[in-house]
Amino acid sequence: MRKFILKTTTTLAAAAVSVSMAHAGDVEVLHWWTSGGEAAALNVLKQDLEGQGTGWNDMPVAGGGGESAMTVLRARVTSGNPPTAVQMLGFDILDWAKEDALADLNAVAVKEGWDDVIPEALQAFAKHDGQWVSAPVNVHSTNWVWANKAVLDANGIAIPANWEEFEAALETLAAAGVTPVAHGGQAWQDATVFDAVAMSAGGPEFYKAAFIDLDEEALGSDTMVESFRRMEVIRGHVDDNFSGRDWNLATAMVINGEAGFQMMGDWAKGEFLNAGKVPGEDFLCFRFPGTEDQVTFNADQFAMFDQGGKVSAEQAALATAILSPSFQSAFNVVKGSVPARTDVSDEAFDACGKQGMKDLAAAAASGNLYGSMAHGHAAPAAVKNAIYDVITAHFNGEYDAATAALELVDAVSIAK
Amino acid sequence: MATPAADADFKTKLQTWVPKLVLSPSLALMLVFVYGFILFSVYLSFTDSRILPSYGWVGFENYDKLFRLRHWDIAVNNLIVFAALYIIICSVIGLMLAIFLDQKIRGESVLRPIFLYPMALSFIVTGTAWKWFLDPGIGLEHTMHLWGWESFHFDWIKNRDYAIYTVVLAAVWQSSGFVMAMFLAGLRGIDNEMLKAAQMDGATNFQLYRRIIIPQLRPAFLSAFVILSHLAIKSYDLVVALTGGGPGRATEVPATFMYSYTFTRNQMGIGASSSVIMLMTIVAIMVPYLYSELREKN
Amino acid sequence: MSAGSTDTAVRTGRITRTALYLVLLLFALFYLLPFAIMVINSVKPLSEITGGNMMALPQDWTFEPWVKAWATAQIGVDPTGLKPYFWNSIKMVVPAVAISTILGALNGYVLTKWRFKYDTLIFGFMLFACFIPFQIVLIPMARILGLAGLAGSTPGLVLVHVVYGLGFTTLYFKNYYQVFPTELVRAAQIDGAGFFRIFWRLLLPSSGPIIVVSVIWQFTNIWNDFLFGASFADFDSQPMTVALNNLVQSSTGVKEYNVHFAGAILAALPTLLVYIVAGRYFVRGLMAGSVKG
Repeated sequence: MRKFILKTTTTLAAAAVSVSMAHAGDVEVLHWWTSGGEAAALNVLKQDLEGQGTGWNDMPVAGGGGESAMTVLRARVTSGNPPTAVQMLGFDILDWAKEDALADLNAVAVKEGWDDVIPEALQAFAKHDGQWVSAPVNVHSTNWVWANKAVLDANGIAIPANWEEFEAALETLAAAGVTPVAHGGQAWQDATVFDAVAMSAGGPEFYKAAFIDLDEEALGSDTMVESFRRMEVIRGHVDDNFSGRDWNLATAMVINGEAGFQMMGDWAKGEFLNAGKVPGEDFLCFRFPGTEDQVTFNADQFAMFDQGGKVSAEQAALATAILSPSFQSAFNVVKGSVPARTDVSDEAFDACGKQGMKDLAAAAASGNLYGSMAHGHAAPAAVKNAIYDVITAHFNGEYDAATAALELVDAVSIAK
Repeated sequence: MATPAADADFKTKLQTWVPKLVLSPSLALMLVFVYGFILFSVYLSFTDSRILPSYGWVGFENYDKLFRLRHWDIAVNNLIVFAALYIIICSVIGLMLAIFLDQKIRGESVLRPIFLYPMALSFIVTGTAWKWFLDPGIGLEHTMHLWGWESFHFDWIKNRDYAIYTVVLAAVWQSSGFVMAMFLAGLRGIDNEMLKAAQMDGATNFQLYRRIIIPQLRPAFLSAFVILSHLAIKSYDLVVALTGGGPGRATEVPATFMYSYTFTRNQMGIGASSSVIMLMTIVAIMVPYLYSELREKN
Repeated sequence: MSAGSTDTAVRTGRITRTALYLVLLLFALFYLLPFAIMVINSVKPLSEITGGNMMALPQDWTFEPWVKAWATAQIGVDPTGLKPYFWNSIKMVVPAVAISTILGALNGYVLTKWRFKYDTLIFGFMLFACFIPFQIVLIPMARILGLAGLAGSTPGLVLVHVVYGLGFTTLYFKNYYQVFPTELVRAAQIDGAGFFRIFWRLLLPSSGPIIVVSVIWQFTNIWNDFLFGASFADFDSQPMTVALNNLVQSSTGVKEYNVHFAGAILAALPTLLVYIVAGRYFVRGLMAGSVKG
């Protein structure tokens, strides 16, 4: 029996080695883009690489906005068998860079001139100690409001310019028997709304102090209490059945005219377009009232994992392909986001996309571009989730606004 | 050349060693992959590990943080409520169905697999169906409204005070059939002569069950308890598929807590300390049980 | 199950019997409902699902969702459907179930028929292993698989599942063999039969029911596992549950519930099949095994 086991193990080990040998020359990509549109966009990249003779080994793990994929990644890195490239967000990239797990892409970056075309705020998440470690695919901005134009017109609502007008619009819709806000009660969605609400209530300095610098005074301030109070207003205008709903189902409510507004990142646009709706005619997109000059962003990137000390030719090819203007344009038109390079033509984009690119450039130039807390671009995962806990507990009625602010200070201090 | 006696001696010796050799690979696997890992986890719970294991000693800091987290309290309370209800309800339903099925029921061979099959499905599979069914907007409540029962109201899954009970409901659905099978097996093993004798003495059915049959099912109760508590402690995909820990964090349990702190929150130290607490609880419950069980058998 | 064992001494009246049947049928309904919802909605076009009643029968029967889930649904970059992953799962489940059952049988045999000092303690240790939370296993396991050269491979997954199934299979076989007459083993020993010969000739032929229990338990657990499958598999060894998760959890676009349900049923078919085919022996196996002390 033992001999048998030993023999099998040796054979199996030999087989495993021969399998991994066969992978040389291919890239293995861990990602969570598994829905039709996203996969189609990624397929552009795959074909591009295959045209250059580099095979694409697909390793999709969907779920929880990449949470499952990050767990898998940890197991893969620990086992000494990391994927070539991994879709990643914000602080996760920096955390892995700190573990010395990522490859140095400086050679590619210099050759392709990344430093000149990628906004600084974004570089902060793609570089570690002056060293490029990942290739940004896109920039999403998260402080958008999506609205059904017919519903707004029928109730005589114009695009609200500030919080008070927005609150009034919600009241009008509620009186008319329409669900004012389409929302999905999941922690990250609650936090996405909170991002915009806090930015609007306290302005960019407050946002930065609270979520980026994690300043205790800002976290417990009256402005924070006011932000929570405004969340209660929004909570009062969602339907009874919001808890646990997926974001795209909430978007569908706006598309169908069951609801007036949804606060969601620019990926929601894809849902409207898929439903055959035209921006400006059927639906409206505008910045959350009071945050017209700011852009809170998150960016999908592909971090390259160290394959034994140097960047492989395949990784260089993949990184180059990701940041090629043609891919940046093709991918982002489909995804609803805007290119990570500022020098890509906006010709292929629709009205919302063009505005998004303009807003991004303007915000980057005026210092109004901030990482989104809800999407892991303001604070590391531990802090982000601690903030989630408080926001979602408050949104579900466990705390009042004042208690929530106190809890926030406490939660952040434990997580730091 | 060996004498026949020495040969026989060698053979006996070999015979005493073979069983231990056969057992040793399993034992070695267990020592490394279970007890080794437990020790590793205990060690990690005293370190500053975040995204990957790291070895900076921080003493009891992680435990201190753990007990300050309201989130952990909620998870522990939920597990207590969930495990108690789940184990009790499963046992009651399982026992009841087993007794009923044991009454020479026609169609037993059809009913039995129907009661059993949920155990074969993973919650990744049935979670969606349950979520639908419980969702007031599309599920039972909606259907009742369509059928004309307008006042029907069932929104537990959306209510943070009641959501944990929907988790119990789905969990009972999944495993009560399995418990039924265990009790049924126990019932079928009971000696009928004894029952007939008791009946002669004028015992009613109720007395028969209370006094003679149910006490004899003790081993089945204990096996059911082990399997059910194992399932209750590990219930992870159930919660994730059904409520995602929500509304808010109202249905978080220790399994989801451990997972999220270890893997999504990059606070591996706190995750490890929570798993150590869980393990200690399991030890406190299981060791006395295993001890009494195994000692009796000897 | 002996011939007389279904015969119970308890007698019931007509009214009681009607009530019995009623309760049993109600429970059958309760158990069937979620699965019925899945089946009904997997043969509806999407428009009927989003617009209508989840319990209503389809007006337009369609098997397209099934075809789509199996062959053309988007799982990753390529629209491969669940098909390729199905075989990955089979390649993992079959050896894992076989090895853990064989080892469990041998362990049970040793622990009951070849007793030695501290054997009960060893059994206790193995049994306690059933309760280890999988969350603490992940990272150290990954490291060991990496060191053993088994990372991201089917053999690695097999090893993982064997290790964490051993406690259960050992428990089942130990309890089963406990009631097997030890005198027979001693007699065979005196006749000069060795360790493996006794196992092969004497115990194994009567182990059918408990093998069924062990296979059902292991097959179900391993087939349905997601965490290990996602973490320890490579792009070419991902099991079906991971693919199903990718199908169901995709975050954008229209949710094709009918395809999700069809995929979910497809992913569950092998375990259902095992339960239906082997279920008859299941209670018999439990009866002889895990519940009798």
